[in-house]
Amino acid sequence: MDTRPFARLPGDRLVFLDGHFVPGLSRVGTGPEGCVVASLGAAFQTHAGLLEKHLTRYARGSANPFTALNDAYFTDGALIHVPAGQVIEHPVQLVFVASGEEEGRAQHVRNLILAGAGSQFTVVEHYLGRGNATTVTNAVTELVAAEQVVMDHLKFQDETRAAYHFAAVHAELGRASQVNLHSFALGSRLSRHNIHTALNGEGLECVLNGLYLTDGDQLADHYMVVEHAQPHTASHEYFNGILEGRSRGVFHGRILVRPGAQKTDAKQTNKNLLLSDDATVNTKPQLEIYADDVKCTHGATVGQLPPEQIFYLRSRGLPLDTAQRMLIHAFAGEIIDRVRCAPLREELDRLLWDRLEQDAQIQVGPHASSSCRTN
Amino acid sequence: MAGKAILKGISLTIGPGEVHAVMGPNGSGKSTLAAVLAGREGYDITAGEVRYLGQDLLDLDPEERARAGLFLAFQYPVEIPGVNSTYFLKSALNEQRKHRGLAELDAMEFLKLVKEKIKLLDLNEDLLKRAVNVGFSGGEKKRNEIFQMAVLDPTLAVLDETDSGLDIDALRVVSEGVNKLRGPGKAQLVITHYQRLLNHIVPDYVHVLMEGRIVRSGGKELALELEDRGYDWISRELQLAA
Repeated sequence: MDTRPFARLPGDRLVFLDGHFVPGLSRVGTGPEGCVVASLGAAFQTHAGLLEKHLTRYARGSANPFTALNDAYFTDGALIHVPAGQVIEHPVQLVFVASGEEEGRAQHVRNLILAGAGSQFTVVEHYLGRGNATTVTNAVTELVAAEQVVMDHLKFQDETRAAYHFAAVHAELGRASQVNLHSFALGSRLSRHNIHTALNGEGLECVLNGLYLTDGDQLADHYMVVEHAQPHTASHEYFNGILEGRSRGVFHGRILVRPGAQKTDAKQTNKNLLLSDDATVNTKPQLEIYADDVKCTHGATVGQLPPEQIFYLRSRGLPLDTAQRMLIHAFAGEIIDRVRCAPLREELDRLLWDRLEQDAQIQVGPHASSSCRTN
Repeated sequence: MAGKAILKGISLTIGPGEVHAVMGPNGSGKSTLAAVLAGREGYDITAGEVRYLGQDLLDLDPEERARAGLFLAFQYPVEIPGVNSTYFLKSALNEQRKHRGLAELDAMEFLKLVKEKIKLLDLNEDLLKRAVNVGFSGGEKKRNEIFQMAVLDPTLAVLDETDSGLDIDALRVVSEGVNKLRGPGKAQLVITHYQRLLNHIVPDYVHVLMEGRIVRSGGKELALELEDRGYDWISRELQLAA
C-alpha cells in the first residue's frame, strides 16, 4: 500500500477491499475533534441518527438502476461528517481496492459526506484494482454541503483494464458554498461516472472538473446534471479528454435551470485531444432552461495539438516530441490546477506525468502548477 | 492562400554583427519572410536558397535552426496555457546548449541568468511564474520575446514587427533591450512597418520590401525618407522605371 498514489499524504484514511472495511490499513482520528470519519459499519453503531436522516435520501434509485442496485447491495463505505466551522487540513482519503481475485466479483460501496456550515475540507475517493479478473465496481456517494462550505471532492479512478466501473456522486449544495467536484478517469475497461449537483442556495459556486485519459479499447463516460434550483448560482464544468488507441470518451453535460432560478451563470467546456486516428469522442451539451434571466454557455472542441503552439516551442529549440509532450501535459494541467489542496495537486501532477511518460517514453520535466488558493 | 506567390525576389546578405531593417507596407511579405526564415509550416519554397553560417537553412527543422543560433521574435507571441514560462525557457536553453556541446544549466545557474537578463527588459519577474504569455499584456508579450532573446543569445535575431502594439514607453524599453543585445557576431534583422522603431534601433542597412521584392536598399537615411514621403513614392518611381 505504501507505493499507492496519495499514500504519503497524511490525514485520515479508510481502506476497503472488495467493499469491506479493512481497519488494519486505515487511519482515523487525525482530524479535529467532532469530525467523524468512519466506515458505515461502525457508524451504524455510533451515528445511527445521521445515517437514518441522510443515507439513501438524495441519490435516487428510481432515476438510475445502478443506484437502485447499490441501495440494495451496498456492503460498506464511509461516513464523513464535518461539523459547522470545522476545518480539516489534510485530505480525507477513501480507498477502494478491487482484489481481482475472483472472476466477476462486484463491490457495491456507499459514501455519505455531510459538510456543516462553513466547514472546509477535501475528500479523495481512490478506486484501484489488482489482478486480471473482471471486476465490477458500483459506487454511490451522497454529499450534503450546508451554507458557506468550501470543499473539494476528488474521485481518482484507476482500476485495472479488466474492470467495469460505475459511480455516482449526488451533491446537495447550500447557500454561498464553494464546492469543487473533480473526476480523474484513468483506468477501467469501461467507466461511467454520473454527477448530479443540486444548487440549492443563492450565491453558491460549483465547479465540476474532470480529466479522462484513455487508450486501447477503454471507454470513459461522464454524465452530469447540474440543477440550478435557486437564483444567483454559478456552475462551471471543465472536462478535458486525452484519447489514444481505439478508446472512446463521452461527455454528457446537462444544465437544468429551474423556474425562478434567475441570474444563473452556467458554463460548460469540454475539450478533447485525439492522439490517434481511431480514438472517438462523443460530446453532448444539453441546456434545459425554465428561467428568462440567465447566462448559459457551452463549448466543445475535438482536435489535435495546436500547430502554432508547437511551432512556437520548436522555434526556441525544443524538439517536436518534447513540444508535443509539453502541450499534452499542459492540457492535463489545466484540470489538475483546479484542485485547491496543494499537496494533493502536486501528487496528481506527478502521477499524471508518470502516466503520460509511460505512454510516451519521452523524457520531459514536471508540469509547473500555478499558485493554490487554500491550504 | 494556396498557390499565391508571396516572396518573389529577396536578395539579402547580413554580415556578423550587422543590423538590417526590412520595411514595407502591409501585405508586402514582411511576416512571410520572418516565417520562412524560422521554418513555419504552410509555406512552399519554390525557388531560392538561404545560407546561414555555411548551412542550408531551409533544410533544417525549426528547432535545428534555433539550435544553430536563429531566433524569431514573434509579431504575435503565442499563448501556451499550462506551460510554465521558466520551465519552458530553461528547457529551450538547455536543449540549445546540449546541441552546442555545452553543459546544461542547473536551476540555480538558470535563475541567476534570468535575474540578470530580466533587468534589461524591465519585466516583472512574477510573469515567469505564469504560463507562457498567458495573462500577459500586449507590451509584456513583446518584452517577453526580447527577454527570451536575451537568454538564448542568438547569432541572428529576426524581429517581426516587434514595435506593433507598443506604446512609446514600452517601445523605448524594448528597443533599449534589443540594443544591449547588439554586439560583434550578433546580427539582427528588424522587420517593421513604421520608421519610429528605427529611431530607437538604429540599423546599419535598410531594405524596402514591396510585393515580395526588395526594391530598394540603403543606409539608415532611407528609413527617414520613407517616413517623410511614404511608400507610394517608391511605387511611383518603380512604375516609371518599368
